[in-house]
Amino acid sequence: MSRGVPPSTNLAANLGEARRVRRAGRVALYGVLVLLAIIYLMPVYMAIITSLKDPAAIRLSTAWELPDPVSWEGYRTALREFAPKLRNSFVLAVSATLLSALLGSMNGYVLSKWRLPGERYIFPLIVFGMFIPYQSILIPLFQFLRSINLYGGIPGLVLVHVVYGLPITTLLFRNFYAEIPDEMIQASSIDGAGFFGIYRWIILPLSVPAFVVVIIWQFTQIWNEFLFAVTLAQPGSQPITVALANLAGGNAVQWNMPMAGSILAALPTVLIYIFLGRYFIRGMLAGSLKG
Amino acid sequence: MRTGKDRLLAGLMLAPSLILLAIFVYGFIGQTISVSLTDWGQGASLAVRPEVHFVGLENYRQLFTGILDIRFRQDLVNMVFFTLFFVVLCLGVGLLLASLLDRPLKGEGFFRTVFLFPMALSFVVTGTIWRWMLQPRGGVNVLPTLVGLPRLEFLWTTSRDQVLQFNWQWVPGALLLTAGLVLFLLGIRAWRRGERRRAGLLAFPGAVVSLIVVLGNPGGWSGLPFAEPHGFNLAMIGIVLAAAWQMSGYTMALYLAGLRAIPGELKEAAEVDGATPLQVYRYVQLPLLKPITLSAVVILGHIALKIFDLIFAMTGPDNAVTSVPAILMYLTTFRGNQFAKGASIATLLLLLVSGLIIPYIVSSLRKGEED
Repeated sequence: MSRGVPPSTNLAANLGEARRVRRAGRVALYGVLVLLAIIYLMPVYMAIITSLKDPAAIRLSTAWELPDPVSWEGYRTALREFAPKLRNSFVLAVSATLLSALLGSMNGYVLSKWRLPGERYIFPLIVFGMFIPYQSILIPLFQFLRSINLYGGIPGLVLVHVVYGLPITTLLFRNFYAEIPDEMIQASSIDGAGFFGIYRWIILPLSVPAFVVVIIWQFTQIWNEFLFAVTLAQPGSQPITVALANLAGGNAVQWNMPMAGSILAALPTVLIYIFLGRYFIRGMLAGSLKG
Repeated sequence: MRTGKDRLLAGLMLAPSLILLAIFVYGFIGQTISVSLTDWGQGASLAVRPEVHFVGLENYRQLFTGILDIRFRQDLVNMVFFTLFFVVLCLGVGLLLASLLDRPLKGEGFFRTVFLFPMALSFVVTGTIWRWMLQPRGGVNVLPTLVGLPRLEFLWTTSRDQVLQFNWQWVPGALLLTAGLVLFLLGIRAWRRGERRRAGLLAFPGAVVSLIVVLGNPGGWSGLPFAEPHGFNLAMIGIVLAAAWQMSGYTMALYLAGLRAIPGELKEAAEVDGATPLQVYRYVQLPLLKPITLSAVVILGHIALKIFDLIFAMTGPDNAVTSVPAILMYLTTFRGNQFAKGASIATLLLLLVSGLIIPYIVSSLRKGEED
């Protein structure tokens, strides 16, 4: 490790110099960080100021200037057009999240605490489902939903999100329950608790943090999802992401409205991230299998 | 004790999920593959009982050699370049951010939040905002005018310029040659380690494959009658920027967690040995981040191969210069009603993603069992 390191003589004489260098280093560090933060926030600034401009006042050449005067027109239009879509997204995300969390919790319990034949192969086969490109199941899925009359509506989308949410929720809960000592399970089964008793009295009370992580993660994913939404929903049950993408697809739009719409669509997940970021990050890291 | 009855209950409770996944993942994949081997498309494709015929690998042959399917090949090239630049940019920026934040710092939480919050957004929101940011006559292009410089003229998502061009006819030969050389070099390495049997098994086929390519006529193997230029569409730069803006926080979080997990004693020991902070970083910290880089490459790589929402929202699905197979599959299937061809594109996409993901799942879970 001492490759090419000069012998540290004259320590005292160098101390003042070293302090000055360190000071300059800290200023540079903060300078770089502030600059990077400004770059990362530029799209946010742009979205907010554009959303508050009067449509007639939006010009490409003055895109970076603050709105003068502030106009709420964009939000009024966006709310009017998007309220039903936001409601669709909300119903979809909440119901699919809760269902996939409950199922995932049960699966995680079984896979971590009960030895079943073939378990070594079952778990990787479950996990693979969360990485596939959904294009590769889309055509049969589309036909299947049509054949059971669930194509086009929110119930069909809920079913799809519950099923394809199972791998990640099962993974998160299994990794969480693996940390619960087997002795606790043993002790309570000696006390006469059965399969459901152990789940109800030991596992479930300890599951709150896992449920928080899973619910936050699933809600964010489902709220933000687009491929299923654009292929499996009819206009009346479209989630917000489809409405937003369709809007930006037109060319003659006034930009205040898509920007206001983007902010409305982003608000729920960004608020979750800001207030519950710790849990969000835990879900994100577990998604790379390093639970 | 846990009885047989309870074990049966456990199996019964898991069964519904397993059955659902068996149908919705594996059953549907199987169906997609079998659809891709038919001529199901156009005309009566939406009928309840469409008439379809088995055509073998015909759809795949068309995708790779058919003159009409040239867009698929350019989309594949777009996807490869996008994946490459996106992953490298995310790794570089993420490592930079993590290294900056991994020191005693006031406001660390604030900076971390700023760099990571785009992760919480939908690709559709990111795409919509960046579509506005990258307008040819506004947004980023007018930024220089704020400090008195001339306006940029770059067409971020619509430029028709192409660089790094190559002839598609050479692709099969180049891929084979690369594979051959890699095998050969692995064989040499095994030889140096004294694993003679393995060295022979690797180096010999490697050398044969490479020789066949060099001595053969690889230009003719593509099945394309004419030279077909493909390359990196500059319009993809805009997509790469927006995607990296959204996802670089992810690599930052991974690297930051990795840096924090390095025991302090290691750094101190190196410092006692007289290493400068830069040397500690280069020779102690960076090497320990290698496994994180590997999993970041896999996770970001498979996201990049599947990228769909972002491009859809930023340019719409019809902007051919920024299209990728995931978009083409959507257009072919749901707008063109060519179900069989859409299924072939989807199958190829699945093969690519699986090549990246399956080794990763196997090695991650094996490691997990050893812990």
